[in-house]
Amino acid sequence: MNKITSDNHYKNLIGKKRFWNLSLIILIFIGVILSSKIIDINVSNLLNGMPRLGDYVSQILPSIESNKLFLGSKDQGSIAYWYFNLPKYLKLLFETFNMALLATIVGSTLALFLSFLAAKNTSPNSLLFFSIRRILEFFRGVPEIIFAILFVWVLGIGPLAGIIAMTLHTTGSLGKLFSEVHENSNNKPIEALKASGGNWLSEMKFGLLPQVLPNLISYALLRFEINIRASTILGFVGAGGIGQELYLVINFNYYEEVSAIILLIILTVISIDLLSGYLRKNITRIEND
Amino acid sequence: MTNQEIVTLYPKIFSPLWKRSPLKIFFSLLIFSYLIFSIKYFNISVTELLNGLNKMKPILLSMVTWNDFLSWNFNSILVGILQTLAMAFLGTFAASVISIPLGLLASRQVTKINLFRFIVRRILDFIRGVDILIWALIFVRAFGLGPLSGVLAIFVADTGTLSKLYSEAADNSDNKQIEGLVSSGSTKLSTIRFGLMPQVVPIFISQSLYFFESNSRSAVILGIVGAGGIGLQLSERMKAQYWDQAFFIIIIILIMVALIDKLSRFLREKLIND
Repeated sequence: MNKITSDNHYKNLIGKKRFWNLSLIILIFIGVILSSKIIDINVSNLLNGMPRLGDYVSQILPSIESNKLFLGSKDQGSIAYWYFNLPKYLKLLFETFNMALLATIVGSTLALFLSFLAAKNTSPNSLLFFSIRRILEFFRGVPEIIFAILFVWVLGIGPLAGIIAMTLHTTGSLGKLFSEVHENSNNKPIEALKASGGNWLSEMKFGLLPQVLPNLISYALLRFEINIRASTILGFVGAGGIGQELYLVINFNYYEEVSAIILLIILTVISIDLLSGYLRKNITRIEND
Repeated sequence: MTNQEIVTLYPKIFSPLWKRSPLKIFFSLLIFSYLIFSIKYFNISVTELLNGLNKMKPILLSMVTWNDFLSWNFNSILVGILQTLAMAFLGTFAASVISIPLGLLASRQVTKINLFRFIVRRILDFIRGVDILIWALIFVRAFGLGPLSGVLAIFVADTGTLSKLYSEAADNSDNKQIEGLVSSGSTKLSTIRFGLMPQVVPIFISQSLYFFESNSRSAVILGIVGAGGIGLQLSERMKAQYWDQAFFIIIIILIMVALIDKLSRFLREKLIND
């Protein structure tokens, strides 16, 4: 008797699972067919492009020859020839780095101020809470490159447009993350301050900030990594940084420079990621010292 | 207790700030001097910013005055939205399919040879280091303008990230079932199929859903470099200074992204509960 019911139960479970799996597969299949119809993709298109892609990749790869590797910048096949424009790239990379850093600092400062108003437990006023939240949502939802197009129009071509665009986006996303940290904080220190007669400002400064600060710094560092990536592409719309040079080089078909710049960008992004990851890991230790 | 007594009791708290936390002052000074440096470096001037704000005013105004609303080309906007979603779906789907073998190859559970795993991981790092928009620009060069380049950009960029996440999921899987299968003499392939896959497939699906969600955001901007979708419509209208229509499209994008968020969160919760 017992055996039969457990067998039935097993069959039931398997049947249910099969049904779900099958419906998932059908759903994905329909999605793929529908999507390929919408964007008019077909196999011949893809196959025609493949050799062109191969050509392009082989064109942008540098022609490095192992016996000429360390010759001067006049000899084709050496690294120096490939990177003959290195001083310019480094200058642009420095600009890119500074754009990201400045946007992160200003954006996280703004986010810090707004986050107190956008957290449920610390907001002094529910109307203010609601409106600040919506504003942050808007700044977070619009991609920074859209803001960049707008500010390039207003302020002219240059890094300033990119900085402001990134600052707005940083404020939006960090404001939300910061306010969530506030909401998860311990309420007791704040209540103690309230009970001993502290005003709102001192409640925030002495009751809330000490417990949330390591988290906030860690989020800001994470945002810095994201901004470094973003600042490398904002130049595509004229908002400064190395992206502007990359866009130019790709569109004018300076093939070898494309790979040179992309390699530099990758190295920068990876090393900043590693550095910031290290700092984030150790941030709680530094705070406790 | 008088104030004096409290101060002598806790000398550390009431000592001057520079003695109490020199690190804090150091960092504040560092940030302050950096701000001054960057103002110099970027030539930021107040008059320029104010001028910009003045120019901004008519733009903001025209964003919210929709005079000829009925005569806008809604058809192209709808097609753009559908294209963006289709690009995100196809790109995520293709990346998920190829990430299963790649992710498993990059995982400790499957690949026991360290050197091989190291190479696969570095290639994935390399792919991840390049932003999706750069990929799009390269594919536009090779395949021409259009959503196909966008799909391929999403596909390549996501393969780098999804494979890494998949391999981490496989790394974190429970060893017991795998050892059980190995000890009862199953082959490598069936060990993966029956020991590893049942543990990781729900995580894979949930990660892919999450990526579909984030790709529907990034597919928006791919149009700016000519890779199709709603971004193309948006950047065209911004270039032509149709700010009202551009703002309308931005609102539509925000609504679309919010809806996708809701849908994907609902599906992911369903998936985890089952």
